[in-house]
Amino acid sequence: MGAKLNNAAAGTANYVDERTSIGGFVKFFARKLFPDHWSFMLGEIALYAFIILLLSGVFLTAFFVPSMTEVHYEGPYETMHGVAMTEAFASTLKTSFEVPGGLLIRQIHHWSALLFLAAIMTHMCRVFFTGAFRKPRELNWLVGFTLMILGLAAGFTGYSLPDDVLSGNGLRIIDGVVKSIPLIGSYTSYWLFGGEYPGVDIIPRLFTAHVLIVPGLILALVALHLFLVFLHKHTQYPGGGKTHKNVVGLPLFPVYTAKAGGFFFVVFGVVALVAAVFTINPVWNYGPYDPSPVSAGTQPDWYILFVDGALRLMPGWVFGLPLEWEIFGYTLSMNILLPAVIIPGLFFGIIALYPWLEAWATGDKGEKHVLDRPRNAPVRTGIGVAMIVFYVILVIEGSNDIVASLFHLSLNDLTIFFQWTIFIFPPLAFWITKRICMGLQRKDRELVLHGHETGTIVRHENGEYIEVHQPLDEQEVWLRVNYDNRKPLEIEPEFNERGVRRPGYKWDLFKQRLSKFYYEERVEPVTWEEYQEAQRHHGPSEQGKAEAVEAEHADERLNKEWESVDKAESTDK
Amino acid sequence: MSTPENTPDNEPQEGFVDPGLPEHRPRRADVEPKADKRAERQVAALFGLSVIGTGIALWAYFTKDVGDGGDVATIQNTNMWIGLGIALAMAGIGFGAIHWAKTLMRDHEMVEERHELRSSDEAREGAVQNLKDGAADSSLGGEGAKRRSVLKGSLITALAIAPLAVLVPQIGNMGGDWNVSKFRHTLWGPGVRLARDPDGALIKASDVTMGSVFHVIPEGLNDLDHHHKMVEKAKAVVLLIRLDPQDMKIQAGREDWSFDGIVAYSKICTHVGCPVALYEQQTHHLLCPCHQSTFDVADGAKVVFGPAKRPLPQLPIAVDDEGYIVAQNDFDEPIGPSYWERLKGDTAAADVQEESH
Repeated sequence: MGAKLNNAAAGTANYVDERTSIGGFVKFFARKLFPDHWSFMLGEIALYAFIILLLSGVFLTAFFVPSMTEVHYEGPYETMHGVAMTEAFASTLKTSFEVPGGLLIRQIHHWSALLFLAAIMTHMCRVFFTGAFRKPRELNWLVGFTLMILGLAAGFTGYSLPDDVLSGNGLRIIDGVVKSIPLIGSYTSYWLFGGEYPGVDIIPRLFTAHVLIVPGLILALVALHLFLVFLHKHTQYPGGGKTHKNVVGLPLFPVYTAKAGGFFFVVFGVVALVAAVFTINPVWNYGPYDPSPVSAGTQPDWYILFVDGALRLMPGWVFGLPLEWEIFGYTLSMNILLPAVIIPGLFFGIIALYPWLEAWATGDKGEKHVLDRPRNAPVRTGIGVAMIVFYVILVIEGSNDIVASLFHLSLNDLTIFFQWTIFIFPPLAFWITKRICMGLQRKDRELVLHGHETGTIVRHENGEYIEVHQPLDEQEVWLRVNYDNRKPLEIEPEFNERGVRRPGYKWDLFKQRLSKFYYEERVEPVTWEEYQEAQRHHGPSEQGKAEAVEAEHADERLNKEWESVDKAESTDK
Repeated sequence: MSTPENTPDNEPQEGFVDPGLPEHRPRRADVEPKADKRAERQVAALFGLSVIGTGIALWAYFTKDVGDGGDVATIQNTNMWIGLGIALAMAGIGFGAIHWAKTLMRDHEMVEERHELRSSDEAREGAVQNLKDGAADSSLGGEGAKRRSVLKGSLITALAIAPLAVLVPQIGNMGGDWNVSKFRHTLWGPGVRLARDPDGALIKASDVTMGSVFHVIPEGLNDLDHHHKMVEKAKAVVLLIRLDPQDMKIQAGREDWSFDGIVAYSKICTHVGCPVALYEQQTHHLLCPCHQSTFDVADGAKVVFGPAKRPLPQLPIAVDDEGYIVAQNDFDEPIGPSYWERLKGDTAAADVQEESH
């Protein structure tokens, strides 16, 4: 039996290989090494959520009718009997109530969409804070960034499909934002909706975008993203034996086949569990879209909250000055353009181009495969935290009505508070984070030079008390001394010796200024001389060791005495 | 041009020595045959759980009744059991495989060299040579080639404008009639009666008691087909509110737009177009739940808070011979969010009127 099976397997392998030369691929991929770290799972979660989205989405297309034709509901759900609605909404109700398991798949689809974006953004944070976007991975950062934007597009187009009150109002907000675009706004709105809002075209159009264009692009870019990961080989965290020229890890087959493959099932299991027990988007409670009603406390999906928050935050009047301007009889609504178009555009623009920004500051042209510990790049870490704070303020402001009622605050006060703090908190967060990073770097220096505190206090014969320090082992030292100590760029002077102005000087000067912002203030890693010095004079090694030994001897003596006392007691009995 | 380069050499700091990979620490299962057996049993048990999960999902699907689909709780219950089954079926496989990898598979870290991504100089030269050869073959470039600027120019021109042949008809058809001046007009006009949303019952002035709010649509809206009804309703919805005339600050030029303290304002927010649905009687404030623009109904629906800039447009109303509230006219400005051409007069107004009636 076993031999037969083996023969069959060998035969199949031979058949396929003679027609595809797959043997070479298997040889190359099977034992490819991947470094091990929990934070490398975040991107995997995004990938798996996307696969779950595809699986559950195919199921949903079997029942969803992307049409805005009016029907009167006659299904089993009595509350809606006779209500006029589009076929899109009616088929959503049918999927939920009349298809066994249909509601579950809808919920799995919705929950994994939320997870998809959450995982993408967390993965981006990991890549950012560890500097994994540096050469040669800048282009892959851009691919990943585009995937996030496409993820937002996929989420929003899908959210709008059931044509319920909430999604219809979401579309109306989009319509309002689109109309604010100068020159082409009104026509873009007509182009989207096939005429005036809401029309009868938007659901079929969003459907095509949601099931074909956007997922097609995501699939293609995911393939490119993973291809580049393989090509570059994965980054690794710093530590003994890990350099920019090697990769240390465990093989794809069998370890990562089991771990990553198994992790897909875990993600699917968790999403199924959440979808089984937590209702999401109960559209039957909201009702079909009608342009008139809307209820308080309605929220978009979480990943859209930041735009909604920006729209809420922006006042229509600032210190008595209007933010909607009339220029030669044309209307320019900065109160909409600024929060919904310009600010998100700048925010995403900075994220997309960040790898190049930092490359200008460092002037580093080398390949970087060992990750930074966030503390060793204080300015980058500070920028990242500042951007997160900015984003989170917008997200909280996006649910300001919920927050206000939950914490019994005034809605208006909350908005005014955030209108000020959106300017104050991000720079503050930058400064605090940078200080914390530098503090941690100093702590690292301290550890390398003086060793761990042990909590053991020793009294010298002269009456002096000292704490015994345990010297770091070689791995611990290596981790703390071996990182790039970057310094501001030095550039050539503006004029050469003959007084001729050098072309490109201004660009260099810009890079130098940027570089100073990044690296002027820094904590240097412990040098070999300092380390030697510390070891000789006041360091942990000789004296410390002697003290530790002394303390241990004292301990032993004490123990022996106790034992003898114990023995004496027991013999007494 | 000299760009500053600042590549720190990847060599470690002088003096410190890379200690190499930390020593491999054996796991329990590596050294104790008992622990190894136990881990194996645990993995098998997890896979077994998955089988049970599949069983639960199938059992729930086949035996649990959704009834006639009318009771949400029953449906949710069935879905919950199927979901729990799937969760167990998936998580069992997943945790089993991971536990296997973590306890039983060899975990000695291995080292692989990386290669610089840059192609070798030979490869680069070869690539450049190939491109040059190709260019020469095409008779466009290469040494001693003709310039063929007409050929190049015509190809670029053709490629640049050919997309128009596809895109213009496609995009051109997507915007309906592109008549954006329709934004200016609603179903309201002289003598159109105000009706309740959604049932269409007409409203007499005597129905509107002090402090009450009516959600209003124009009479006849419900007779339109679904498409036109939605488009028109999205523009025409109005809030009818009765205030104490003493509280009201009547705007200049609008002295006869209200009736005995009854005022009508567009329900569509001037920010991004949500329905402004929340009215606070005490303060006469209207609040848009989407972005919290707040309008003071007693003062011409001016913005008192939030992101909107303009007041809600007012619908001039009167009372007809039978005591029903009617519109005197359409809104005198476009309702809803601002757009580029908002203040521009419309030339196509007459056509639109004809078309929509």
